[in-house]
Amino acid sequence: MPAFILRRLLQAVIVMMVVALIAFMLFQYVGDPVVFLLGQDASPQQIAQMRSDLGLDRPFVVQFWHFLVNAVQGEFGLSLRQGAKVSRLIAERFPATLELALVAAFMALLIGIPMGVYAALRRGSFGSQIFMTVSLLGVSLPTFLIGILLILVFAVGLGWFPSFGRGETVRIGWWQTGLLSAKGWHHIVLPAITLAIFQLTLIMRLVRAEMLEVLRTDYIKFARARGLSNRVIHFGHALKNTLVPVMTITGLQLGGLIAFAIITETVFQWPGMGLLFIQAVTFADIPVMAAYLCLIALIFVVINLVVDLLYFVVDPRLRIDNASGH
Amino acid sequence: MRFKKNLLSALVLCALSTASWLASAQTLRVANQGDSLSMDPHSLNESLQLSVTGNVYEGLVARNKDLSLAPGLATAWKQTAPTVWRFELRKGVQFHDGTPFTADDVLFSLARTQADGSDMKSYTNDFKEVRKINDYTVEIETKTPFPILPDVLSLVYMMSKKWCETNQAVKPVDRRKGVENAASFRTNGTGPYRVRERQPNVRTTFVRHGSYWGKVEGNVQEVVFTPIGNDSTRVAALLSGEIDVMEPVPVQDIDRVNAGTNTRVQTGAELRTIFLGMDQKRDELLYSSVKGKNPFKDKRVRQAFYQAIDIDGIKRTVMRGASNPTALMIGPGINGFQADQNKRLPYDLEAAKKLMAEAGYPTGFEVTMNCPNDRYVNDSRICQAVAANLSRINVKINLQAETKGTYFPKILRRDTSFYLLGWTPSTYDAHNALNALMACVDDKGTGQFNLGAYCNPKVDELTKKIQAETDKTARGAMIKEAFELHANDIGHLPLHQQALAWGMSKKVDLVQLADNFMPFKWVSIKK
Repeated sequence: MPAFILRRLLQAVIVMMVVALIAFMLFQYVGDPVVFLLGQDASPQQIAQMRSDLGLDRPFVVQFWHFLVNAVQGEFGLSLRQGAKVSRLIAERFPATLELALVAAFMALLIGIPMGVYAALRRGSFGSQIFMTVSLLGVSLPTFLIGILLILVFAVGLGWFPSFGRGETVRIGWWQTGLLSAKGWHHIVLPAITLAIFQLTLIMRLVRAEMLEVLRTDYIKFARARGLSNRVIHFGHALKNTLVPVMTITGLQLGGLIAFAIITETVFQWPGMGLLFIQAVTFADIPVMAAYLCLIALIFVVINLVVDLLYFVVDPRLRIDNASGH
Repeated sequence: MRFKKNLLSALVLCALSTASWLASAQTLRVANQGDSLSMDPHSLNESLQLSVTGNVYEGLVARNKDLSLAPGLATAWKQTAPTVWRFELRKGVQFHDGTPFTADDVLFSLARTQADGSDMKSYTNDFKEVRKINDYTVEIETKTPFPILPDVLSLVYMMSKKWCETNQAVKPVDRRKGVENAASFRTNGTGPYRVRERQPNVRTTFVRHGSYWGKVEGNVQEVVFTPIGNDSTRVAALLSGEIDVMEPVPVQDIDRVNAGTNTRVQTGAELRTIFLGMDQKRDELLYSSVKGKNPFKDKRVRQAFYQAIDIDGIKRTVMRGASNPTALMIGPGINGFQADQNKRLPYDLEAAKKLMAEAGYPTGFEVTMNCPNDRYVNDSRICQAVAANLSRINVKINLQAETKGTYFPKILRRDTSFYLLGWTPSTYDAHNALNALMACVDDKGTGQFNLGAYCNPKVDELTKKIQAETDKTARGAMIKEAFELHANDIGHLPLHQQALAWGMSKKVDLVQLADNFMPFKWVSIKK
């Protein structure tokens, strides 16, 4: 077991180095931050000075090495554009993104699972046909369009929800939470729905397919033969066994939610990491981009690791194989 | 289905709380597409940052609603010698923390603009010495005669020496050492508003400074400034009444905002001039089908391009009316602009074709055009329209539109044959445009944005004289002559001044300055 974890951690380090390397190679093409740092009246000497101050005149390999050495110590330097520490910027933004992703994930689970169960049990009924059609829409509509449509209908048209921002936040230590005030919840509804719709349809379809599969198995037939009620069979036995793969997928998707909240955050001006990243890209703010990409890679790696370990716990066969193998 | 019920009741609860969400009448909610990147008034020479911090900090010299000079922290100034200006400081002014404003703060602030990390160096580069005569008199000696010194100082804001020293903010942020600066996040100015809360890129709240020395015409007690980057969201937030003022309104949404029951758009000419430039230096263009010679060296070709551009068509279709076609490289509001000079050559395809034939290109040629696609209003669409126009005189344009992050480094390397650029003179004076855009290029920064290396020694000579001439009338005449020479040479192809478009609630009354600044002190909200 420790060897397994160690192996995975080693792999994780390699993955992150590769991500950092690719990111750095891409940065050569996003533009020159110095142009934005100095105004239009800066002289060529000032520009050259700034470039050497920031180390941008050094060869790529040297820049990358410096970045690695600092990154290992958790130091990503100052944002070129904002003049604030990158670690501080990300720490300020992370809670917003995580809260949005978690609310969206719960929303997707709480609505997606019942819808999937319904669609499986009442296969072919009018209601489940509607669910399937709507879910097709949810999968195929791009996120930004959903977001803008929601804003048009619920913010401009009906005036029920605010169209941007996070509302009031409460500070707990360094964590700024919007989930402790009514305004915070009010603000999170539209962006969370936007972010959740794709996941929701995914979960719904997954639950439906798994459920249909399970309902065909022998033990369900035996349960029916024993005369158990439909309710007990469906929710006590079938659903329980359906949920194992659903949990795995949801775990992995949480990483995706955090990473791909970028579009939702842009549309709703949600002050999370995605918005920070987009702003950094437009101004070629290399330290912020690098730190963000590494963090996202780290999140994926950690979630993957946790999921692998969960498999270990959940599936006894893995443990036996491993034990006999060594 | 229990979950769905809970969600439903949550939705209802949220809807009910909307009513309490509306803010009080004295609060102005402003949205902009970006945020002021720092609260440090010396860190970045960028109009949004200077506009926002300009409500908190002030310069020695202020500006009226028509951008003419007004007394600011200095009550009077005069030139005592060609290289010396003397400023009388306002008495009884206090910083927000209560410290009185004196000559020491002026000396400190002007020195701070020259420190590492300051982006305002270019405003004070030519200062030789700043002298304190007494607590309320300061003299600035420049290296060369400097007739427009007061104009230049309007954006150089004054900070408190004592506050900066106690808050480790003596220098603007130092990126090399990775040191953050207290003045990036907190403020202590003399202006009509002070910052109450600052969450970068989320929300900045300003409140009226009770003991402000000047008069505040507006009635706004509190300002909540929010950046909203996405155009559609910003428009939606205005239409739904969540904000009172926002800018810019995307040109395609102007009608929609005007059609709103509670909203309107206020447009006005901006100082920035959009123009095209051509490589007139190389003997062969880098990106063209013409080999062995440079067609742009021929004035007839430049004039043909000029007359083939249907500027009114661009105004109508691309800019939806939100532009003012121009013949000059500066707009109204810039010192030196003369309306009688602002006459474009007529749009005339036949004349253009004839000129092309005379120049030896009856069948036209091919040239690559560089264009940003996220810097100016509809920039890449302007380029597309120009390309379509030029195709009528058989010029085939290969359009390369790209993001500003890659565009500017490329054209600043002069790696271009034909490009689009916009320019606002940061000094509000014609000399800045002449020196940056039209003067012959040297390696000391003159002609730094003259990317096609247009060069007319007479214009150059005038530019140098204009810099030092202290007599206003003589100076005006020289500016006029220089622009005339440039226009006759067809040194650039001026297009238009893009219009400012601010969206606002009908309850809001404000002053829209041509430099796109928004002083909160001139904003009123009707009850």
